[in-house]
Amino acid sequence: MSLTVNGQTHDATPRPGQCLRTFLRELGWFGVKKGCDAGDCGACTVHLDGRPVHSCLVPAFRAEGRAVTTVEGLGGPAALHPMQQAFLDAQGFQCGFCTAGMLMTAACLDQAQRNDLPNALKGNLCRCTGYRAIGDAIAGLNHVEAEPFGGPCGHNLPAPAGPGVVTGKARYTMDVAPEGALSGLLHMKILRSPHASARIRAIDARAARALPGVVAVLTHEDAPDRHFSSARHEHTTDDPDDTRVLDPVIRHIGQRVAAVVAESEAVAEAACRLIEVSYDILPAVFDPEEAMQPGAPVLHDKPASSRIANAGRNIAAELHGEVGNVERGFAEADLVHEAVYRTQRVQHAHLETHGCIGGYDTDGRLTIRTSSQTPFLTRDALATLYDLPRDKVRVFTERVGGGFGGKQEMLTEDIVALAVMKTGRPVKLEYSRPEQFASSTCRHPMRITVKVGAKRDGTLTAIAVRILSNTGAYGNHGPGVLFHSAGESIALYRCPNKKADGYAVYTNTPPSGAFRGYGLSQSTFAIESAMDEVARKLGIDPFAFRRLNVVQPTDPIQSAGHAEDDLFFGSYGLDQCLDLAEKSLERAPAPDLGPDWLIGRGMAASMIGTVPPRGHRAECRIRLAPDGTYELSVGTAEFGNGTTTVHGQIAAAMLGAMPAQIRIRQSDTDVVTHDTGAFGSAGTVVAGAATRLAAEALAGAIRNYASAYAGVERAACRLFGGEVVAGKRRIPLSELADAARRDGRGLSGIGSTNGTPRSIAFNVQGFAVAVHRRHGEIRILHSVQAADAGFVINPMQCRGQIEGGVAQALGAALYEELLVDEEGRIANPTFRGYHIPTFADTPLTEVLFAETTDRIGPLGAKSMSESPYNPVAAALANAICDATGVRLRETPFTADKLYRLVLDANQTRADAPAMTDIAGNNAAFPPEG
Amino acid sequence: MDLNTIDAVVRPRHRAQLGALGPGDAWLAGGTWLFSEPQPHLTRLFDLSLTGWEPLRADETGLSIAATCTVATLDAFEAPPSWRAAPLIGQCCRSFLASFKIWNMATVGGNLCMSLPAGPMISLCVALEGICTIWTPDGGERRLPVVDFVQGPLQPALRPGELLRSIELPREALGRRTAFRRASLTRLGRSGVLLIGTLPAAGGLVLTVTASTRRPVRLAFADMPGATELSARLAEAIPDALYYDDVHGRPDWRRHLTFDFAEEIRQELAEARA
Repeated sequence: MSLTVNGQTHDATPRPGQCLRTFLRELGWFGVKKGCDAGDCGACTVHLDGRPVHSCLVPAFRAEGRAVTTVEGLGGPAALHPMQQAFLDAQGFQCGFCTAGMLMTAACLDQAQRNDLPNALKGNLCRCTGYRAIGDAIAGLNHVEAEPFGGPCGHNLPAPAGPGVVTGKARYTMDVAPEGALSGLLHMKILRSPHASARIRAIDARAARALPGVVAVLTHEDAPDRHFSSARHEHTTDDPDDTRVLDPVIRHIGQRVAAVVAESEAVAEAACRLIEVSYDILPAVFDPEEAMQPGAPVLHDKPASSRIANAGRNIAAELHGEVGNVERGFAEADLVHEAVYRTQRVQHAHLETHGCIGGYDTDGRLTIRTSSQTPFLTRDALATLYDLPRDKVRVFTERVGGGFGGKQEMLTEDIVALAVMKTGRPVKLEYSRPEQFASSTCRHPMRITVKVGAKRDGTLTAIAVRILSNTGAYGNHGPGVLFHSAGESIALYRCPNKKADGYAVYTNTPPSGAFRGYGLSQSTFAIESAMDEVARKLGIDPFAFRRLNVVQPTDPIQSAGHAEDDLFFGSYGLDQCLDLAEKSLERAPAPDLGPDWLIGRGMAASMIGTVPPRGHRAECRIRLAPDGTYELSVGTAEFGNGTTTVHGQIAAAMLGAMPAQIRIRQSDTDVVTHDTGAFGSAGTVVAGAATRLAAEALAGAIRNYASAYAGVERAACRLFGGEVVAGKRRIPLSELADAARRDGRGLSGIGSTNGTPRSIAFNVQGFAVAVHRRHGEIRILHSVQAADAGFVINPMQCRGQIEGGVAQALGAALYEELLVDEEGRIANPTFRGYHIPTFADTPLTEVLFAETTDRIGPLGAKSMSESPYNPVAAALANAICDATGVRLRETPFTADKLYRLVLDANQTRADAPAMTDIAGNNAAFPPEG
Repeated sequence: MDLNTIDAVVRPRHRAQLGALGPGDAWLAGGTWLFSEPQPHLTRLFDLSLTGWEPLRADETGLSIAATCTVATLDAFEAPPSWRAAPLIGQCCRSFLASFKIWNMATVGGNLCMSLPAGPMISLCVALEGICTIWTPDGGERRLPVVDFVQGPLQPALRPGELLRSIELPREALGRRTAFRRASLTRLGRSGVLLIGTLPAAGGLVLTVTASTRRPVRLAFADMPGATELSARLAEAIPDALYYDDVHGRPDWRRHLTFDFAEEIRQELAEARA
């Protein structure tokens, strides 16, 4: 059949059941993205005869004779469409994976729809931005500053990838044609277990192997007899070695059983259906408390060398610590509060699913193009797993479509590497959205008991927590998340007596893993809710209670035991954050919504170390290119975090250059020797510090060379844009580069950092809410987050990180929950069943920055990407309690649970508390515990 | 998504070409559900997009909606001024979880045939006393009220090989005063509760409960009921087990809001009647 795409005629025939999305991509139009493949996310939006449609739902044969426009054809050949320009002007994107679909939708909106974006954009999901920047783009606002000479830091420079993102040219993991080294590309599909606990007795793959087009079927017999962890850390010993590439023991529904590698996805799918597996079904355990009991089924019968804390009791990791004496502290208290707080299973839901493409390069190196936050650590893990020299493995990412911790794992690269080695051909594995939900990782569900003792005047006497973390079938990130959850959330308070006990427990559910906040979002919900309960019972305003009890810059940074001897207050802006958030809440409008609505306000604070503990390393390299531009090589990956922009700003500042002079190569094991990875909010403070050192070194080298070249003193040489001003001469950088090359010298710099010492960042969230007293509906009337990010290198981007963090956290606080049914199966593995915030759900959040300059971070900066997520759920619970008298100790806070509690609570008292009546309403509290 | 087990597509233009639906066959209308989930049991699609059925036909008898009429076409329909129920069309279209882009493809008939509790075209067509015309495989047809067509989630009253051809909304119902209430766990999300009240020309009140129940429930009152009577009829007509239980709302919440909204609608329409 024939169709027109972006003005070009294509003669091609789709398969009978093919959808337009994959057909267009096969024709080379990679601007058409896959977020869900089910019509929910809108990332694949194209115009069909001028009307916007979700191309994943359009039968491809229906495009016959019709005109399709993708994002690549939205503008003219030379010019951007006005909406593309608008998305650049407002920087209405972060990772950019949703942007093509967002643009194709926004470009079609009429005036009425532009005035009703909540409805107009309900078919477009963005996980990064929190939608404010998208709304601003459609409204035509401009946030980008013109490039300032010499001093780019502190300004709103645009992301270098912006033009590629808005035109669909930016290449994400799957956006490559099966040509060149990838010709003959094979496709992998994974057969997954229908049982939560079983031992594979036999796999009969004869029929599958006999199917034409099948190249290989991999089973546990093909996998290395070696255990590892899918978690990626600087130290591989941080996580228990409990995972195999393919394991004859099944520990959760959705675990890999076999993998088919075939000439097409269709054949691979068909072959999966032909594999016959016989299982010995084993008893399963789904509740972590039950899993710890004697007699519970043991998931991992493994030796001590696996580093499982207590395999016989299913305890992957354990934590016990005490400072002072909490029993004495509770005895001294006038009030002791104790309650259990629960957080649910939530998913990262980055729009780009996991996936990678592996093959051999012309030198015979195993090469993996992947969607990862940790290309270097994944390279190392593959080398170890398959006994390959590190220089025989290359791992790289181009642009990554969101991460949020989910890509601090090796979830696809290991099995693709195995398939490449077995077949000698390039192999691609791309997760479907249901696989993403049911078979990747999620945030650790936690059950946290908090006990707080306080004097009548509010002074804390003791804090004790017991943390029960469900690490699922595997222990990836189980120890780290557990330890972090008992870290800064407790250290936030000055209190002489602190105690923490924690257990990360195996269950027969899909594995948990790294997730934005890395344990702190769960424990901050518990502890900040508990502190609010204590303050209320004592009749103390929650801001005043924090001012009385939070850690001060002269205090030691003390959690409940393990010492953090490289953690310092490089700057301290918590006091400012409290003031900023409080004043903003006071300014919040108090609309009269009528008698059905109960109004209240609440807040919560959080604290985070700016770098993960125990080493986070980065190397950056920069060189002066022959054309007089700078080529900066960094290891850290870009997935919407904006660090590429920041690295350009830092390098430009050090070199007196315009950011446009800096070209950046990144996230490729070929460009630098090591980078621990883009996690733990390290992209700016660790890798950025290395970029600073590298650029400083290069600036010194250029000045030295210019001094000799021009015969003037070094002190008289300075870098200015594309030139070196050497005394009275102005020497173009290209001339110096050329001269240095002829001298046999390259002008370059290298910077390395190891992530220590570390500083502390703060976030304070405030909400004003209204709750419908009969329906349980929650409306957010005002949202504010005050953040101490040190010196903010790019305020526009940093604001975006905070807005996105608040939005993602509101999803977890209000809607999101991966449900596990009684057999251990994820019951809602689609966006229709797992609602993430849409434009309509996301309030504007006022973002305010404390004015601090850090003495540790690069140029005074601190991290600000995970932490905005952490205080949100507690602040919302505290506001809901203020409004209704109902204390919610379990996320998410859905209307169908809340309505009954509000009805019951408000039958027992004459009227709801007014907004100013923040203290003293403990009469209607449900019983503790 | 790609439906990789499909090996043939039939694109009939006339009823004679429709053929007999066998195992592995499915009608393809808008495709917005069919292509949104794996369908490994299907091997052949009968595409209805070339049938040329007139999407909407309005005359003195009412409105005839072809099963293949897209939601976008229905939403754009300009009703005569005397059709006082016409705003329900827009209200129900806006009750889709899906956006206006999906409306360009999704069909009214497809929404009915899915028979999901939250199907807003079901709410619309039941509230406006719609009658389905169903083509039977022997070349005949039969008619069935929409309220009886939707028997439960994914359970339309279609026998093997039958095809929903159209829905007729009678003129009398289109002239009624209406009241509309909807609740969702998210701001513009999938309906958890959707109630519509109408005032028939002959008097009384008709209340349609959808989304909160496993199938639509239609309560007709000869005279405007009082609050107690309304509440008693609801309790009688909807046993607890009929309230739907899924991620879009707990049954007790749906029940609570059903009673709440029903009373609001009663008051609103009693005032209008007066």
